[in-house]
Amino acid sequence: MDKVIKVQGVTKTYNPDTIPVHALRGVNLEIEPGEFTALVGPSGSGKTTLLNAIGGLDTPTGGSITIRGQDIAKLSDSAMIEFRKQYIGFVFQAYNLIPVLTAKENVEFVMLLQGKSQEERATRVKELLKAVGLEDQIDRRPAQLSGGQQQRVAVARALASKPMFILADEPTANLDSKSTANLLDIMAKLNKEENITFLFSTHDQRVIDRARRIVTLEDGQIISDETIAS
Amino acid sequence: MIFKIAWRNIWRNKRRTAITAASIFFAVLFSVTMGAINRGMFDKMIDDSVNFYTGYAQVTQKGYWEERFLEKSFELSPALEATLKASPGVKDVVPRLESYALAAYKKITKSALVVGIDPEKEAALTGLSERMVAGNYLNKGEAAVLIGEGLSQKLKLGVGDTIVLISQGYRGVNAAGKYLVKGIISFGAPDMSAKMIYMPLKTAQWFYGATELVTTVVLDVRDKYATELAVNNLRTVLDTANTYDVLGWQEMMPEIMEMKSMKESSNTIVVLILYLIISFGIFGVILMMTKERQREFGVLLSIGMKRSQLGIITWVETMFLGLIGAIIGIAVSYALMYYIFLNPIPITGDMAKAYADFGIEAKICVSIDSDIFYSQGIIVILITTLLALYPCLQIWKMKPIEAMRA
Ligand SMILES: Nc1ncnc2c1ncn2[C@@H]1O[C@H](COP(=O)(O)OP(=O)(O)OP(=O)(O)O)[C@@H](O)[C@H]1O
Ligand SMILES: [Mg+2]
Repeated sequence: MDKVIKVQGVTKTYNPDTIPVHALRGVNLEIEPGEFTALVGPSGSGKTTLLNAIGGLDTPTGGSITIRGQDIAKLSDSAMIEFRKQYIGFVFQAYNLIPVLTAKENVEFVMLLQGKSQEERATRVKELLKAVGLEDQIDRRPAQLSGGQQQRVAVARALASKPMFILADEPTANLDSKSTANLLDIMAKLNKEENITFLFSTHDQRVIDRARRIVTLEDGQIISDETIAS
Repeated sequence: MIFKIAWRNIWRNKRRTAITAASIFFAVLFSVTMGAINRGMFDKMIDDSVNFYTGYAQVTQKGYWEERFLEKSFELSPALEATLKASPGVKDVVPRLESYALAAYKKITKSALVVGIDPEKEAALTGLSERMVAGNYLNKGEAAVLIGEGLSQKLKLGVGDTIVLISQGYRGVNAAGKYLVKGIISFGAPDMSAKMIYMPLKTAQWFYGATELVTTVVLDVRDKYATELAVNNLRTVLDTANTYDVLGWQEMMPEIMEMKSMKESSNTIVVLILYLIISFGIFGVILMMTKERQREFGVLLSIGMKRSQLGIITWVETMFLGLIGAIIGIAVSYALMYYIFLNPIPITGDMAKAYADFGIEAKICVSIDSDIFYSQGIIVILITTLLALYPCLQIWKMKPIEAMRA
């Protein structure tokens, strides 16, 4: 099968003209469909930078990123937005959701942007919120949900567009251990049952323990890449 | 959904929305009130003058309005009368012969405008017969007069007394006569009340020695709007190059029209300054809103919302913000103005005296012309549209990751 993500020799230098910060120094990484991969490493090692580059939110200084055969550097700004909408789901560390929309509406919104029909949206929203265990909270606004519940809505939303893969930057950073376990259960289940590829960064050992592949970054370079036999 | 988001965002910070809406509300209310009173007062002056006296249009001997004296009177021949009546927009023609005279009763002498009228036609045109406060209305040809209430008080006379009028008549003849005061008339405008004397046309022609002559012919038109039709038509039909003048109401009161336009421009400046101040306030709110929501905007852009869609949301929000204040402002000020329109507020004290000196009734009158109201709506829409560009611009050049880090 094709690679979902192919990162080749990617470098990223912040502030090249003043005080250059070499956040990524030649990263090579390939992600296959259905992976459940953790990106780990000390603070400042370049995890966020790499995820942003893969998601097309930021442009690398050098190297190339190919997603299902498409070199994303070749996409225009608006084409990149379209591309993201179609293939990539995001879960950020915090404050992911639109505060004025309910859980249901937050999830539905992404599908609305994709121009999905009313019925399709209604069924999928229900399905997704059920999958993340929030079928009873669908009409609450983010402020009325706990941090863990919010992140689960964020996962549901990331899935709403039926992306090929989900990029999650420290999705559990603000969660207690119970919520963390809960969120990971859901992510693992979606990964297994719907074959959704996950790439997430984390500091949390409990999260690392659940990953099936662990890529370790240090100082902008991959220093280890191990696949855990299940 | 975009409208839903925008709508809910507005209520996210209720107090801020309320303050913004309130500032717009007061601006609209103030501007409308100022505009409505200004227009109302001038309209009242014009209407008083038109209804009580000049009518919407007049035909005179050429140059009469520049120099109003009897030498510029002319004969209203049956042929001329027929021509005037045949003009589109004209219902009837009302002849007058007028000049100034001294009015005396016992020891008191006052200057007065003595007008010869056709009692019936005048009643139809200006409703003169309905403004009687004492005595009876005039009959054709009798040697009697009606006098303004103000003048009657100055002369200290009443119905049944005999007034002496002295003037210079047509071609310099002496004009003098004694007339029975048959009735007293009230006028809204104090200056008219203090100077008007009416007598039948024939009597006036005798008094002034101007047999068969008139100084003005008032055209009884259907309404304000028929005036233009009648005036334009008669200007082509009559010999306006040498013999006659045809005047519309605007030309009969050039001072009022000029004052009106001057006052309107000065009001416009006040209103613009007011809105400028308000705009800065609203801009502050928008600035804060944009800053606070950097992160949210970043997330929305990352999950695939188009910049244009996000721009529309913020634009709609700003418009909502502006329109809430404007709509409530227009609604409330319309209700208020409509109430004052029906019940003009009487003025007392020094202000009343100032109004009297100005020759108008001491009442606050307002206009409820729709443009006074919707023009405020247009101003607010223009301002908010302009201000709404700011968040759109920000969104346009926003880099999602930087926004999210903020
Ligand atoms: N916008 C920026 N401008 C300048 N330097 C930056 C910027 N963003 C990140 N960096 C630097 O790049 C390096 C990598 O940062 P990055 O955020 O990718 O690390 P990280 O692995 O995600 O760290 P953490 O675990 O703390 O989130 C760091 O040295 C950081 O200081
Ligand atoms: Mg990070």
